[in-house]
Amino acid sequence: MGKLYDRLTQDYRVKEGLKACINCGTCTAICPAAEFYKYDPRKIVDIVQSKNDEEIEKLLKSETIWYCGECMSCMTRCPRKNAPGMVIMALRSLSIDMGYFVESEKGRQQYALNKILCSNILNYGYCVYPRTFASKMHPEAGKIWEWEEKHFEDIYGRLGANLDGEGCGALRKIPREDLDELKRIFDITGATKRTEVINEASKKKAAELGLTEEEYFTKVFEETEKDHLNR
Amino acid sequence: MIYEGKQKIWSEYQKEIPEDHYFYVRSCIRQSFFPASEKVFLDITRNRLHKDFFETEHHTTCGGIAYHSDAIPQETSMTIIARQFALMHKYGYENYVCSCITSFGLYTETLETWREFPELEEKIKENLWESCKLEFAKPKYLAHASDLIYKYRNLIASQAKFKLIEKKSGRPLRVVEHIGCHYAKMFPSRGVGGAEYPYVLAGMIEAWGGEVIDYPERRHCCGFGFRQYLIKSNRGYSLSNTHKKFESMEPFKPDMIITNCPGCPYFLDRWQYVISEMEGKTYGENGHGIPVFTYEEVAGLVMGYDPWDLGLQVHQVGVEPLLDKMGIPYDPEKKYKGINNKDLGRPELPTCACL
Repeated sequence: MGKLYDRLTQDYRVKEGLKACINCGTCTAICPAAEFYKYDPRKIVDIVQSKNDEEIEKLLKSETIWYCGECMSCMTRCPRKNAPGMVIMALRSLSIDMGYFVESEKGRQQYALNKILCSNILNYGYCVYPRTFASKMHPEAGKIWEWEEKHFEDIYGRLGANLDGEGCGALRKIPREDLDELKRIFDITGATKRTEVINEASKKKAAELGLTEEEYFTKVFEETEKDHLNR
Repeated sequence: MIYEGKQKIWSEYQKEIPEDHYFYVRSCIRQSFFPASEKVFLDITRNRLHKDFFETEHHTTCGGIAYHSDAIPQETSMTIIARQFALMHKYGYENYVCSCITSFGLYTETLETWREFPELEEKIKENLWESCKLEFAKPKYLAHASDLIYKYRNLIASQAKFKLIEKKSGRPLRVVEHIGCHYAKMFPSRGVGGAEYPYVLAGMIEAWGGEVIDYPERRHCCGFGFRQYLIKSNRGYSLSNTHKKFESMEPFKPDMIITNCPGCPYFLDRWQYVISEMEGKTYGENGHGIPVFTYEEVAGLVMGYDPWDLGLQVHQVGVEPLLDKMGIPYDPEKKYKGINNKDLGRPELPTCACL
């Protein structure tokens, strides 16, 4: 038993999600990610269960822990009521805390995720907010979204939303005092610290790669160099 | 198996749903892409069925998408959730209903974790007071908004102006129902019918005259995958999952798809557009796509709301073939108009123009 394993067992998602894995592989059989990526949740849970810190460290620096889509189909099917998807979440959190996430291409994407999601939450009170969901970053949102983007006020008004308005309703402006409460929650529960850790490690990695912060964002958001696919 | 035994097992998959008096919480994705669905939900429940659904502007995101994208720690999402529950308590409610499935799954997970680890609940209680000076409370009852439409499905049927039936032939429409993964895959006992036999949407379809399609990948994820969609270079994951579902449902010739998660209709709609652009393939009749709906939109159609008041014009896959089948009147000229018929131009047509 080692330090990394000990830290994992402090995570409530491991306490809840890993009781007695019998390594049957049902999770891998049902897993949408295992079909798409070179991914095998059974092996990941087995490594965690081995309590071998050296192997756990390799896992935390690897691509594989970032492949899960967190659909939690594994939780439904596990005959021993484990939740490999929750164990993955604990591994990812530890990988970020340790700064290991920048060692993998998929882990480095965390920089873009935190930038997009945390600023949406703290600035607007939403995880997804139309004005920051740009069609150039989301071409798959279609011609319809390009049209909506040009007429947000009119279209949301037509559909009965209250975009950036006072009072209740869809996409209302969340009052300042409520956003301040979210910020205080971020500060005392570790979200602010997490973003700082991610930014610091990412800046270092960007410098190592000879990239500006903006170039680094584009790279982690848009590019894939390694072959991650199960084919 | 003896009949009583079967009944006992099935009873574990039932969900007692209180009739009335809910604190309503919105969904980030539904507000952004299907805002009219939330409007029509509140209109049906409040004004047509005369139920009490309360909303406050002070509620926020639950943080679920950020949590499942590893952007915020578990303790953060739990404290945001505690704040939402505290608002419910502050306004005098005990029944909590959310529009989002990610939220529903996360609320369920949070309540379960607090039950199992009371010391964590204590910590969150302290966090809540320190950050917001709010009194900690837990809902007496947690529902997803689709549970309520399921609960009211027969009341809605009794006021129906249209049915899920092809008007010309009288044939029940063939409907694919897609349940969001976090509705019942994590905690099956919290969803109507559990994870194995989810009945929340099937019940609506049957009550409104349609026929539920069973197909091999019926329970497969739509492919959102949080970071697997939010990051551009990962989106092949999301697209491949949707593609797998459409290939699987195609031989069953669905007339429409109905969903209860806010993300799923977006992905099932938009990835059809991408597949048609990439491969020229469409899955519906006569080169059309298969129209995808939220359950609120379908309830609205059944009750006779104008399709453009339901926001069906902001789907990428055209809904007109389904409206024609059901015999629902609509004015094509008004499809892309703003308030007071303001001219907003038209969206560009996709390459596959009849999508």
